[in-house]
Amino acid sequence: MDRIKSSRDLSLQLNAAEGIPPHNLEIVQKVVDRLMSQWPNNRGIYLQLQRLADFITKTRGELSSFRPQEMKERFIPKATDELDAIVEATASATHTIMDAADVIMDLAGRLEKEQSDKAMAAVTSIYEACTFQDITGQRVTKVINVLKVIEDRIDKMVLALGELEPIDQAQIDDAVEEAVTDSAGGDRSTLNGPALPGQAKSQAEIDAILSGLDGAS
Amino acid sequence: MSVDLKMPVLVVDDYATMLRIVKNLLKQIGFENVDEASDGGQAFQMMKFKKYGLVISDWNMQPTSGIDLLRNVRGDADLKGTPFIMVTAESKTDNVIEAKNAGVSNYIVKPFSSEILKGKIASVLGQF
Repeated sequence: MDRIKSSRDLSLQLNAAEGIPPHNLEIVQKVVDRLMSQWPNNRGIYLQLQRLADFITKTRGELSSFRPQEMKERFIPKATDELDAIVEATASATHTIMDAADVIMDLAGRLEKEQSDKAMAAVTSIYEACTFQDITGQRVTKVINVLKVIEDRIDKMVLALGELEPIDQAQIDDAVEEAVTDSAGGDRSTLNGPALPGQAKSQAEIDAILSGLDGAS
Repeated sequence: MSVDLKMPVLVVDDYATMLRIVKNLLKQIGFENVDEASDGGQAFQMMKFKKYGLVISDWNMQPTSGIDLLRNVRGDADLKGTPFIMVTAESKTDNVIEAKNAGVSNYIVKPFSSEILKGKIASVLGQF
């Protein structure tokens, strides 16, 4: 199809597309002519459409540079995993704290009444404080749900954008690693913060690495 | 009538830590006979087989929530009179009203203290 550069082109295209009789198109042409005369130059509508097309292309490019697919496939799952790990770690620590509190409570029973009462009150405070795990767990669940909503929105955005430029997997891995690297401002190339359960090295493994290094030096 | 501290109490929560905390606090208050359930469905089944003198339940649980458990209990001819305390992080007025309309005996907002737990139990069962 020829490019539409003038109102005459437009009327011809309309004529071809719609099969409208020429006497009606004259009216359309007059309207378009009047419209075009209001634009700042003689190729007004075409230029405006071109600008619109350029804007859409630019926006697509910018949105594409945010790499929404990467956000959906890597960042959000990674964030969810980290949040799940927080819940697991706090649950485990809470049980350990309560184990210790149970021991203290048993021992408190053997003390004189005044001391026993004080110790029991302290243990009660420990139990009460441990409810933080439930509260924080529920808050983290809320955040995970928000992430799911963001994921859904990204899905819709990706759908609206159509086919985007292919993503470089190595670049994604680097970006995810960078995002989850320790934010304390240290050496970003080596600090990763706490590893997820199952991915962390045990003390025995660290010891083995150290002894290996000792043997090598 | 004085409160029978030996009566069975059912604590319902999907967080293992909360089950343990409430159980320990109940023990300190004097209740030794405490059972646990991790959701409303399991709790309701347990109530069918054992008569509990008090139910202390969380609200937000899967698959059966605390409010559904409460409605099931109040709708059951044998169980409808069971004292039922909701212990939850839901603190909106609408939630409290909904629980009250469903027949809750009392409502405790998390986090809570042992003193509040004891006070609410006393308000439901009588002083002990």
